[in-house]
Amino acid sequence: MRRQNLTLDRMIQNTRPITNELVASHGLKPDEYQRILDLIGREPSFTELGIFSAMWNEHCSYKSSKRWLRTLPTSGPQVIQGPGENAGVVDIGDGDCVVFKMESHNHPSYIEPYQGAATGVGGILRDVFTMGARPIAAMNALRFGAPDHPKTRHLVSGVVAGVGGYGNAFGVPTVGGEVNFDPRYNGNCLVNAFAAGLAKTDAIFYSKAEGVGLPVVYLGAKTGRDGVGGATMASAEFDEKIEEKRPTVQVGDPFTEKCLLEACLELMASGAVIAIQDMGAAGLTCSAVEMGAKGDLGIELDLDKVPVREEAMTAYEMMLSESQERMLMVLRPEQEEEAQAIFRKWGLDFAIVGKTTDDLRFRVMHQGEEVANLPIKQLGDEAPEYDRPLVEPTARAPLAPDDIPQTDVADALLKLLASPDLSSRRWVYEQYDTYIQGNGLQRPGGDAGVVRVEGHAKKALAFSSDVTPRYCEADPFEGGKQAVAECWRNLTATGALPLAATDNLNFGNPEKPEIMGQFAAAVKGIGEACRTLEFPIVSGNVSLYNETNGQAILPTPTIGGVGLLSDWSRMARIGFAAENQPILLVGAPRQWGSHLAQSIYMRDLHGRTDGPPPPVDLAQERKVGDFVRRLIERGLTRSVHDVSDGGLAVALAEMAMASGIGAAVPGLEDIDPVPVFFGEDQNRYLVAMDLDPQDGALEDIWREAEEAGIFAPWIGTTGGSDLKLGHSRRVAVSDLIAAHESWFPSFMENEV
Amino acid sequence: MKSAVVLAPGLNRDRDMITALAQVSGQAPQTLWQTETTLPDGLDLIVIPGGFSFGDYLRCGAIAARMPVMRAVADAAERGVMVMGVCNGFQILVEAGLLPGALMRNTSLKFVSREVKLEVANANTAFTRRFEPNQVIRCPVAHHDGNYFADGETLARLEGEGQVAFRYAEGTNPNGSMNDIAGIVNDKGNVLGLMPHPENLIEAAHGGEDGRAIFESALAKVA
Repeated sequence: MRRQNLTLDRMIQNTRPITNELVASHGLKPDEYQRILDLIGREPSFTELGIFSAMWNEHCSYKSSKRWLRTLPTSGPQVIQGPGENAGVVDIGDGDCVVFKMESHNHPSYIEPYQGAATGVGGILRDVFTMGARPIAAMNALRFGAPDHPKTRHLVSGVVAGVGGYGNAFGVPTVGGEVNFDPRYNGNCLVNAFAAGLAKTDAIFYSKAEGVGLPVVYLGAKTGRDGVGGATMASAEFDEKIEEKRPTVQVGDPFTEKCLLEACLELMASGAVIAIQDMGAAGLTCSAVEMGAKGDLGIELDLDKVPVREEAMTAYEMMLSESQERMLMVLRPEQEEEAQAIFRKWGLDFAIVGKTTDDLRFRVMHQGEEVANLPIKQLGDEAPEYDRPLVEPTARAPLAPDDIPQTDVADALLKLLASPDLSSRRWVYEQYDTYIQGNGLQRPGGDAGVVRVEGHAKKALAFSSDVTPRYCEADPFEGGKQAVAECWRNLTATGALPLAATDNLNFGNPEKPEIMGQFAAAVKGIGEACRTLEFPIVSGNVSLYNETNGQAILPTPTIGGVGLLSDWSRMARIGFAAENQPILLVGAPRQWGSHLAQSIYMRDLHGRTDGPPPPVDLAQERKVGDFVRRLIERGLTRSVHDVSDGGLAVALAEMAMASGIGAAVPGLEDIDPVPVFFGEDQNRYLVAMDLDPQDGALEDIWREAEEAGIFAPWIGTTGGSDLKLGHSRRVAVSDLIAAHESWFPSFMENEV
Repeated sequence: MKSAVVLAPGLNRDRDMITALAQVSGQAPQTLWQTETTLPDGLDLIVIPGGFSFGDYLRCGAIAARMPVMRAVADAAERGVMVMGVCNGFQILVEAGLLPGALMRNTSLKFVSREVKLEVANANTAFTRRFEPNQVIRCPVAHHDGNYFADGETLARLEGEGQVAFRYAEGTNPNGSMNDIAGIVNDKGNVLGLMPHPENLIEAAHGGEDGRAIFESALAKVA
């Protein structure tokens, strides 16, 4: 009797009348709904409406961004797979490749920080091992609201614990990342998770199904109601009713994911896998459609076979569930038993839930009823695409040359080192396992995380994640360039050759022309930088509608880059390597530093956010980086750091703090020390040379620099236990460390 | 040395441990899947590596302590085979009753991953004889539940009988452990539980080799 009622209930649900309100609540605009009607020639069922909303929301369809994403450079001799698969794949030689991607989990993390961040990490790891790669490194770029906003502490604490909770249990080292604060993230924090894995170039797995009548297999965890409609939620702005959206956040289970990793890699090695796709955003719907559409095949699913963990789930719920740790595969039928045994061993569900067909239809059966029958190619390909109206961002006037608010250099340095954005992130990264796998060569706190490549005596990979949102706000084009350039620079500073990047573009509501203008300009900047630096984008993710009550976040196009070190024994680190080494400022302008507008100095010490960001000369950037990399490769330096937030003073302090070795940098006579020490001019590196400053070897370096058109002045010398900048007082390195380490723990203990 | 590493769902430092044992002993360890009920002949050392066995959604190590292979491990320990549990492995040995005490949540209530200092509190065990007495070494930790606890009587016995093998030194206790305890041996001295990860500090690429002597001690015991 009860059973009958449930069936009746489901039928009612699938025949639920499609009203304008129902369409709107699925995030579909009236013209988009008309497109659906035109496409299928009838009114969709309730389940079909859900499927369309899942496929056509901004998160899955990239409908506002596609037009601009197409302009990005995505190829190169090193690129094996560009955007469009679960992750990008880049050749690193010797039959090995690195598989990587970055993806946002912003909205869920704001609603439920621990689970939102945890499942963000889980999702990106799954993207990587779905392609046959064992994850070897993770990073995360986190942006929170103002430290004094009442929600910030709660979000920091939950997000960091969630990132750690998932990554630590899964067993991947976190090698780097970013944490920043700005009031513009008060109502919408950003959690961008990056993962990279290693695979063999001849054993990469794709989502394209091949062959008719083959079993479609469901693997991993059971399906529940968690996350139903999550991707649609992530494609809308927030308002005060945000708490009501908590049920759309998924719950992560890193244990199951770890088992899924091992089972998938075992299964792939057995040769049974034809195609594989993880169930991420929009779960079963998106993964099944993708596998079929890419392979020019239809897919038929029987939902009665789907392993569920809740009673009386409707077809609609099953199709839209975002339960984690699930995979869909097309398997060779003759190896079905072998495959099943592997999954049983790891305690995971294994169920044949459908088959591939030759009719290009996406058919979903439930309780003997056909609840959806849609054209599979059109579901993905015919998604609306918009060329949204935009307004070009207006350029900001430069600061007047004499507009230099003064603060003593030592005072300013100590304040900045103890500020929210420049203080040590130890409180954060000590909650992440940075030792696991035993291959980490550089842990968080340097310019880039470095991990050696297992099975090779000398090879290592470098990873960095970068963007300077205040630059992007002031000039999205220059800011986009700068995000790429800084990432490239950070990889270069270890001695690595930057190979390729992934982009995670976080912006506000694209239906607002000024936001669309920001987006378009930033993508143009990213494209230009990637082209000049030969640093293609091989994967990525767009997160729009990052707004609360009409207030957009700072434009935040995060760039995650990967570089290759051919010999890690010659790698450079951020700390000074020894005393009495000459420090060169490679790539400096004549007066060492000049650009103060949009600097941390102006913003955090003088409350000024006017003026343009420092421009990036990309040709010069490349020249300087290539020069620095050669110095490292030749063994002439072991100590390199790029100059970024906080300028020369902060960069020198970071090198001193990392090593405990001081330095004296006298500064330039008759020049205001503020722009010299706090200007944020681009393409500059500090390089402490492994040379005796007296023996003339520097002359040769300078000659080479001059021939390359690079200015590389000797600005000071390492040694002692103090940092002495210009005419300002000496500061003990221990005092720098005390200032640097103090802010984060005190903040989280509620003391500042 | 014939060694074996226990494998179970959720353990995740198995590969680190296998690499370390192979590097130090020159011989790759065997692996023991959790459902096995008999052990290969002639094992000298069984290692239970770190991780989050079965998710550790109950008390850490509580489920793994009841996996089939643990009965064989306990029998082997009884026969005098060396058994070493690192991190989650330590928690499993405690839950299995092979070592006394309990490992509670860190006092910070947070996961902690950092390098600490360890003092070799007893250089006379099968796992520490390659160290100098009271030698201080570096070692990474990475855990959420490493806060060692035992009742007064047990603690007095551990201290009195020299069963405390390693102690956090120089104020680096990362988890609130009683008496700064980082690692203990059983009363027979052939079972070691250790919270830090010596397997992640055994070669130049790790930035030091301080963890190596633990494995070398176990080797020397056999040789």
